[in-house]
Amino acid sequence: MEFFVNDIAFIIGTTLMYSTPLIYAAVGGVITERSGIINIGLEGMMFFGAFVGAAVAYFTGDPWLGFVCAGLAGASLGLLHAIATVSFSAEQIVSGIAINFLGVGFALFISRLVFDGATQTLTVPNKIPLPFDFLFGEGKLFPSAGFMDLVFNRFATVYLAFLLVFVAWFVLYKTSLGMRLRAVGEHPEAADSLGISVFKIRYGAVITSGFLAGLGGAAMSIAVVSRFSNTLISGHGFIALAAMIFGKWKPQGALLACLIFGGAKGLEIFMGAKGVPIPSSLLATLPYILTIVILVGWVGRSQPPASIGKIFDKGEN
Amino acid sequence: MSSPGSSLKEKFLNGALSITLMSVISGFLLGGIILLLAGFNPLEAYGVILKGIFSRPKYVSYVIIYSTPLIITGLSVAFALRTGLFNIGAEGQYIMGALAAAAAGYYLKLPMVLHVVAAVGAAVLLAAFWGGLAGWFKARFGVNEVISTIMLNWTALYISNWALTIDSFGRQGTGKTYAIQPTAHIDILGQWKRTPEGIAFLREHPMLWDILKSPVNLGFVCALLLAALVWYILNKTTLGYELRAVGHNPQAAEAGGISVKRSMVISMLIAGGLAGAAGAFQVLGVSHRIATLAIMEGYGFDGIAVSLIGNNSGPGCVFAGLLFGALKYGGSKIQDVMGAPTEVINIMIGIIIFFVAMPKLIRLILAYRTRREQS
Repeated sequence: MEFFVNDIAFIIGTTLMYSTPLIYAAVGGVITERSGIINIGLEGMMFFGAFVGAAVAYFTGDPWLGFVCAGLAGASLGLLHAIATVSFSAEQIVSGIAINFLGVGFALFISRLVFDGATQTLTVPNKIPLPFDFLFGEGKLFPSAGFMDLVFNRFATVYLAFLLVFVAWFVLYKTSLGMRLRAVGEHPEAADSLGISVFKIRYGAVITSGFLAGLGGAAMSIAVVSRFSNTLISGHGFIALAAMIFGKWKPQGALLACLIFGGAKGLEIFMGAKGVPIPSSLLATLPYILTIVILVGWVGRSQPPASIGKIFDKGEN
Repeated sequence: MSSPGSSLKEKFLNGALSITLMSVISGFLLGGIILLLAGFNPLEAYGVILKGIFSRPKYVSYVIIYSTPLIITGLSVAFALRTGLFNIGAEGQYIMGALAAAAAGYYLKLPMVLHVVAAVGAAVLLAAFWGGLAGWFKARFGVNEVISTIMLNWTALYISNWALTIDSFGRQGTGKTYAIQPTAHIDILGQWKRTPEGIAFLREHPMLWDILKSPVNLGFVCALLLAALVWYILNKTTLGYELRAVGHNPQAAEAGGISVKRSMVISMLIAGGLAGAAGAFQVLGVSHRIATLAIMEGYGFDGIAVSLIGNNSGPGCVFAGLLFGALKYGGSKIQDVMGAPTEVINIMIGIIIFFVAMPKLIRLILAYRTRREQS
């Protein structure tokens, strides 16, 4: 019986771990798209963030500094995306694709320069800490490998991700800033006529999404694993994008979608470890097929913000 | 924008071609600055790249081989985009095409030309189905094609990896499948160049020998034919007109009696088939087998870049694909020769697309220059 309980705990624990990087990026996606700007560049932003996070953590030994710098790296790509889409009326999807090439390019370019021609960093000396071990000492609060340990003894980034979802929900729906942001996304002309600066809101939203996607990359490179490599972020940004659409452009919906993806990954790892006689590659298709089935079956049409992708050009042309 | 009396030069300055050219120039300039900042001589780097592309017949041949799948996945993305659909799924459709071609090329026992037709046919059909699924999900259930194609990409990757675990298909322990039958090859003189007569002949003709050191195959010719076909369908047929009408304004198209839903499915079927053909030519002409995929190979994603740089047109994709292939192949050499990161190519491609996305900025720059010239 205890065996079974621990199995459940193991699955929940790995689910949390693998969902976390997606949650940061998906919430970032929600924020920018709610302001009316599509950000298909999440992948490149995560990639760059994952590298910068690991590189800074390696050289300084401080994972938190790495984490913040990863966010700034993502934000810098967000700034580029904002300049193109907000100031120069760029095609948003096209600019996003450019960001993906730039994110990968910058990360590997710099990596080769500072890590002796390699497209991966060295192992960081300190990963993001486990808060309960940090506060109470290793194995003090929860018995080692027990239920509580397996579920709750997770990296600080996991807890921050949940906090982030709550904050994003609160800001979007309970503050005037959030109301303005949503208004800009739904009807920029009306928002503008009410004196809301569409320009500022969109710049802020796109840069924030880059920051969060960068954090998501670091949540992978210096928490789930302990180094960056060129195959570490492979499609996570696109999955986060899908999770955002799946979650109907809401932080709480995106969270749920990310947990489904993470859960399927957790299940896959668990069944692989237990030697369940289902081919692991077929098992790996589960989250993706499940997503399609859910979308086809009962979620159906998810409605994006009304002005999404459209160019807002105040008083020009 | 251009008045009836406007000169050719003005037309050019306002046109899509000038924007593309300016973007490419910007990519090279900024790429050079980045190399400079990193402590490398950009002129030397571009020299190495140019030499790496043109200095030997073999190199040019490799550039063409590198470009072939990119041109075709570019066509796939471009075709769907013209109908207003964003085909991120070219990657998965490519994988399905490669899988079908490898299976048909290995299992079927057919005479030479027929075998190639069968393998390409299988690839196109399976990949068209894979693309068509996304079109159908969108038409029937309103599922956003961006999300469904992302999911289908990963599903395709894992299905392909699973197929390699089948004993009769995958050589267990090598991560690769058995090679396809020689009857399914599309290599040019692939068998002959290894025979004693072939080797003897090639010794007398060093240039031909050099070219044949690369896996020369019919894929590029097929890519050109497909580009012409895409151009023809989009611009010269009723179907193409309808598809473009849907892409331009779905409400108006529907009001004009065009079925938007049907168009979506057809567009994605064709887009999928194209990407599948890219996978097939790669297997039949270059790799002759498929391998386990740890991550996406990126042919589909690069196809998005090709389509965007090529202004979503058939001929545009050919040029953009060649540019991309040349940069990829030539750019890989600056690492060995001067230790400069080859990923500067990714950055350059990114910058080019970034500027392609902003015609407004480029028009501003061009207008500023014209004003200055006039004053």
